[in-house]
Amino acid sequence: MAKPRVRVPKKAKKGEIIEIKTLIKHKMQRATKDKKTGKPIPRNIIHTFEAKFNGKAFFTGNWDTGISADPYCAFNHRVQESGEYEFVWKDDAGKTYTAKAKIEVA
Amino acid sequence: MSKVRIEVLDRREFLITSGAAVAALVALTNGALAKKPATEVLNELTKGAKPAEGKVKLEMPEIAENGAKVRTKITVESPMTPEDYCKSVAIIAPKNPATFVGKFNFTPDSGRAYVSTNIRLAETQEVWAVAEMSDGKFYIGKATVKVTVGGCGG
Amino acid sequence: MPGIKHRMGGPVLSVLLAGAGLLALGTQTAQACEPCKGKYEVNGKKSGYLYSMPETQAMQDDDFMNPGTFWVEKGEKLWGVVEGEAGKSCKSCHGEPEKMRGVYPVYPKYDEKTKKLINIEQRINRCRTEQMKAKPWKWESEELLAMTALIGYVSRGLPVNVKVDGPAKPFFEKGKAFYFQRRGQLDMACKHCHIDYAGHYIRADLLSEGRAGGSFPTYRLKWQKLGSLHRRFKGCNKQVRAKPYKPGSDEYVNLELFVKWRSNGLPVEVPAVRR
Repeated sequence: MAKPRVRVPKKAKKGEIIEIKTLIKHKMQRATKDKKTGKPIPRNIIHTFEAKFNGKAFFTGNWDTGISADPYCAFNHRVQESGEYEFVWKDDAGKTYTAKAKIEVA
Repeated sequence: MSKVRIEVLDRREFLITSGAAVAALVALTNGALAKKPATEVLNELTKGAKPAEGKVKLEMPEIAENGAKVRTKITVESPMTPEDYCKSVAIIAPKNPATFVGKFNFTPDSGRAYVSTNIRLAETQEVWAVAEMSDGKFYIGKATVKVTVGGCGG
Repeated sequence: MPGIKHRMGGPVLSVLLAGAGLLALGTQTAQACEPCKGKYEVNGKKSGYLYSMPETQAMQDDDFMNPGTFWVEKGEKLWGVVEGEAGKSCKSCHGEPEKMRGVYPVYPKYDEKTKKLINIEQRINRCRTEQMKAKPWKWESEELLAMTALIGYVSRGLPVNVKVDGPAKPFFEKGKAFYFQRRGQLDMACKHCHIDYAGHYIRADLLSEGRAGGSFPTYRLKWQKLGSLHRRFKGCNKQVRAKPYKPGSDEYVNLELFVKWRSNGLPVEVPAVRR
């Protein structure tokens, strides 16, 4: 599994609203059947996304099959203090993917 | 050439309700909701209330080259203070086999009620973005996207 | 339509196409942004980039947003992985991947050993079987796509520059003949779409010039993943309802040389993003 990507500015001013971009490689597989064998392929999508700052979730997503493969998600955060972001993606197969990034408030 | 359509349309999903409700603010709307007609999904999201037009800006291309990945940007007008903020925005694609596409939840710490993502569209349609505000009001923004069903899917 | 009927191959085609409601040709040209043309238009040749919509171009332009670069990353990882009885990795012989800059633009080329053409995928697999004594990767496998993407990626910006003279000539001629050969139930050749009607719409799709020599493996929105040029060839062949050849077949490698020659001078843009 490829590492999820996050783009967070390294520095920000107190009270600044920053944009965070994330991208993760995932098929976002809807339930279907194998074209050749007819065997069912179970749904496996990322159903939950969480963005946390210093342990506190400030932006989350509940995704369904309509979110494209290799999901891209960009959103904002109002930065009040230096700290660490943690991003968490959870899929139907029970896998959890995480990424972290630090920000410094000048 | 109809291959694109088939691939996108043939979404017979089992309704796996995701059991992992995470934080308290994550209202679980997945699974069962997705398969319902758009109006029912909307009703469940708004608890029957009729969303007002306005405040929600849904930006999508007029023409999507392929329905598999359609740029989607949503901005909801809101001061985003603890007293007055946008709690969430949900995307509904009425002509998708799974009409509920996803829901994005904000907090006052978000700073802005903004999200940018890519969604799948099975065919040309009007997409809805439904915002829930902290005062319990709902707003809706719409965008029509023509989805290219190509001459050469390859 | 009458002109099209005449040029595009007889009553069978027009009946089939009209019957399927398939062909509606417009005359719009590519909706490319003016400033990007310099890079992607060389000597009047246009990359498929210029036939893509701005959203698709934007996805290619930013490595962070371009999902194709996930495969490049995987290629970078595989580069140093020791496999096979010889106990070697790509790195053992070649050093850093950047050393391979300049390789992608000149393949396929004539191979003394087999007395025919060899393309990048086949060259990678030859390294695996002969140098590493490892198993070859399957065509269209994540691994082979990843390594091919890496080899293309390190040559980004270099002009495609395949040689078609000398011992490569007969194979180039075969590839060219393939390009102009009508095939399938629709009785269409590659050239009908990509030379005669490039810049026109076939139903809702804008036809490109088919100058794909610098762009594959490409992340196709339709595939929702990276895929090889031969996979694209298969798709084209199926579209005209012809039986496709196997990826890696002599027919497709010869065709690849011709397609790449049509792209000579255009920059390598792997991994490109297309619809």
